Amino acid sequence: MQTTAPERRQITSVSRPSDKAFQGVVTTGALSAFVVLALIAGFLFLRSTEVFRIFGFDFITTSKWDSGSVDDGRAPQFGVAAMLLGSVIVATMAMIFALPFVMGTSLFLEYYISRRIRFVLVSILDLMAAIPSIIYGLWGYLVLMPYASHWAASINKYLGWIPIFAVDRANFDASPFVASLVLCLMILPIASSVTREVYSRAPQDQITAAYALGASRWGAIRAVVLPFGLSGLVGGMLLGLGRALGETIAVLLTLNLVFAVKFQVLASAGGNVASLIASKFGEAGPLELKALMAAGLVLFMLTLLVNFGAALVVSRAARSTK
Amino acid sequence: MDDATIQTGSNMNTDSHTAPLGGDPLDEGRVGINGLQTKGVHVWFNKHHVLEDISLDFPANSVTGLIGPSGCGKSTFLRVLNRMHEFIPGAAMAGEVFLDGKEIYAPGVDVTAMRLKVGMVFQKPNPFPSMTIGQNVLAGLKLANIKVKDKDSLLEECLTRAGLWKEVKDRLKTSGGSLSGGQQQRLCIARALAVKPDVLLMDEPCSALDPASTLKVEETVVQLSSDMTIVIVTHNMQQAARVSDHCAFFLSDGGPGVIVEADRTSVIFSTPSDPRTADYVQGRFG
Amino acid sequence: MTTSTASLVTPRRPWVNRRDVFKELIPTLVISGALAAVIVNFTGLAGPLGSYVAFVFAYLSVSFLFGMRHDKVKAIDKVMTTLVCAGFFTAFIPWVSILFTVFKRGASAIYWGYFSSDMSVTSGDDELNMGGLSHAIVGSGIILLIASLIAIPFGIITAVYITEIKGRLSGLVRVMVQSMSGVPSIVAGLFVFTVMVTGKGFSAISGAVALSILMLPTVARTAEEVLKLIPEDLRTSAYALGATQTATTFRIVLPAARAGLVTASMLGVARVGGETAPLIMTSFYLANFSTDFSGHPLASLPMYIYQNFTNGTDLALSRAWGGAAVLLSLIFIIFTIARLASGRAKG
Repeated sequence: MQTTAPERRQITSVSRPSDKAFQGVVTTGALSAFVVLALIAGFLFLRSTEVFRIFGFDFITTSKWDSGSVDDGRAPQFGVAAMLLGSVIVATMAMIFALPFVMGTSLFLEYYISRRIRFVLVSILDLMAAIPSIIYGLWGYLVLMPYASHWAASINKYLGWIPIFAVDRANFDASPFVASLVLCLMILPIASSVTREVYSRAPQDQITAAYALGASRWGAIRAVVLPFGLSGLVGGMLLGLGRALGETIAVLLTLNLVFAVKFQVLASAGGNVASLIASKFGEAGPLELKALMAAGLVLFMLTLLVNFGAALVVSRAARSTK
Repeated sequence: MDDATIQTGSNMNTDSHTAPLGGDPLDEGRVGINGLQTKGVHVWFNKHHVLEDISLDFPANSVTGLIGPSGCGKSTFLRVLNRMHEFIPGAAMAGEVFLDGKEIYAPGVDVTAMRLKVGMVFQKPNPFPSMTIGQNVLAGLKLANIKVKDKDSLLEECLTRAGLWKEVKDRLKTSGGSLSGGQQQRLCIARALAVKPDVLLMDEPCSALDPASTLKVEETVVQLSSDMTIVIVTHNMQQAARVSDHCAFFLSDGGPGVIVEADRTSVIFSTPSDPRTADYVQGRFG
Repeated sequence: MTTSTASLVTPRRPWVNRRDVFKELIPTLVISGALAAVIVNFTGLAGPLGSYVAFVFAYLSVSFLFGMRHDKVKAIDKVMTTLVCAGFFTAFIPWVSILFTVFKRGASAIYWGYFSSDMSVTSGDDELNMGGLSHAIVGSGIILLIASLIAIPFGIITAVYITEIKGRLSGLVRVMVQSMSGVPSIVAGLFVFTVMVTGKGFSAISGAVALSILMLPTVARTAEEVLKLIPEDLRTSAYALGATQTATTFRIVLPAARAGLVTASMLGVARVGGETAPLIMTSFYLANFSTDFSGHPLASLPMYIYQNFTNGTDLALSRAWGGAAVLLSLIFIIFTIARLASGRAKG
């Protein structure tokens, strides 16, 4: 008996010229994102090669930023270490502050209130995500700062023996602490939106099983929702981290720019790469400009990495439920 | 004629039976110590009346099957018995449910403690994937914060009673999701048993399983009935005939579901009083 | 079973016992209040914020103790419920403060001439009944218009590629769009600065280009979601009638998705309307009212706020708040309209 399957036919079709043109235009347009990204990376890279040639690896490891002066005979010296570290410190602190609130908000909205109220509150939350960063910065400097300095002073008073909480001078204004509080507010809507979405997809039948076993609401959440939603939570926090790393104006307004590697989060000194670029570009000569572009390249690579990681984690979380 | 032949493979002790409504007049009025009864239970979803005047006695140490075509409210009724019905938005009820003589909907009742006494196994097996097999079985204890001196022997006891011990005793530390469907369902049974319930509610526990697993689960059910009250909802009449000692036939004519007839299984299947029951068990509809 | 019994029986919800809830809730609140007052008295916590913290702490402890009357599981459940609710409400306090401050302090700068004057003859620290932000509003409008003209077509084309053509590069395109949404706004500004501003000076066009980089991912993503919602049957029946892909897309699919695409565009505008960092380096600021979009800088609302902030005097700061109030209102309005339109389009 013949058991081999017949050969498959190659099915081809020829598109009309109008369709060919349509496809061509649309494909080209769609690749615009790719082109723009390549252009950005390419331009920044090209302009910064000279900087890397002159300063080498020191660019990333030193923290002095001096445009130099012909009169004083000072050679220019550029290093982003302080600002890079500042970006990381401020963004990480923002994440740490945000974590309990992201979890609390997501759990509250998904498991502690009825559907109708949830709709209203989620809409309000989305609206808060639309607040521009300059307003966060304005509020952070003019309204939050007095409170935050007071809290920083208290933290320093009781926990100042821990190195990161020590200060050289008793000035608590415009510190990384304040900036990270503002950033925490800014990343809260994004992170909780992702987390909330994952929490809402926790398998209902397992939750019912937990209740049937005599669990309390928190017991069921802890047994089913939290393990299920862990990767979504991580993804959401990473997305927030990506946003916090690149934030410019909120940090610019609330943090006192000082070019030294400092681990004192309560002191009135710090900065991040974005605010470095924003503050220095105005009077930058050609070499300093290239240095700023090199700094921008470093920042771009960093946020790209974090966002890739976030997308990976979130997509893995989405796939695991299907 | 005692139709013990219909209920093959069962080793029930027939003396402690209490006949539900319409049963043997000699047994009238005797309720088992771990008895479960409902009086005049009505159920609504918003304005929709889905169950009307359900009064049943579930005798201790026996299996009662709830049979009838789909959509009559059998699963809903089951959820009324362990107060899981109230989770559904728009749920309302009337009537009373007595467990051990105490009304479970009375104000001030500790619901979570009550659910420890009335366990439930669902249609689709749902072990917790983030826990190992061992952790799954003991999950109920952890959730209710019950301290047990000898976890290992309790683990072995529950898994043995669920008919799963031999198959998993060497991989108690593997994930709960790595078992086959039938094994997962028996794991859920073991999990329900760990908190030592007096009553076990089972909502079509075999409908998602293959015939071999179904047989194993049915054997488990019959063995378990020797020391607990089991209420099992099933679409499968042959299963009801195999497994249950008593049956209640639910029917809905487009309105709320009602109990047409409730009696010993042997009576329901051979000499039912109501013509509708006869039609159903003989497969003329459903 | 007769229907007469049904008419005598009424549905109840015996599991909802409000009386019991109040029996526990009221004493908990009262005792927590008292405990909070004690805490405030003896520690450094002060003011409304301090009292709030003290109250939350007191409530946690009291509800835990009340819960322990039953058992530990219930006590922990009560504590976690309190923590979750407190977490949510505490997160909202700053946002309420932001809205309150923006509108309260901004109101002082707004007067009848605020929307019709510019800052060409007034300086930041002049009295508040002079000058205005007409230049900033018009400038923002021009910049956003140009940015939309770039980002919206490209965004929709990108979405069309993914949903209609379903090309082999769809995965790559999505990843690129995703990556583009992660570009820090300052980097977009820096890029446009290198390409368009060095040597030529600030201009509104360069600001628009920078904003379009940030706008495109939002438009593309939302448009993709909207186009995916269009049922496949629509396309299938068009093809079955012998329509070309071009005709199907332009005459069937896009018109059907019209409302959603408008939403996508508006969301894109709302997203970049408040961006400051890229504008610092591209369109900068001009105190005069102008509609000239190339050749020299142009004002914008965010930059108006920023300039007044850096000025630093009280009056200038009031102007900054005024600008903030106007900016926030506009963004909220656009956002809300976009969301309402999308709600109606879906349902």
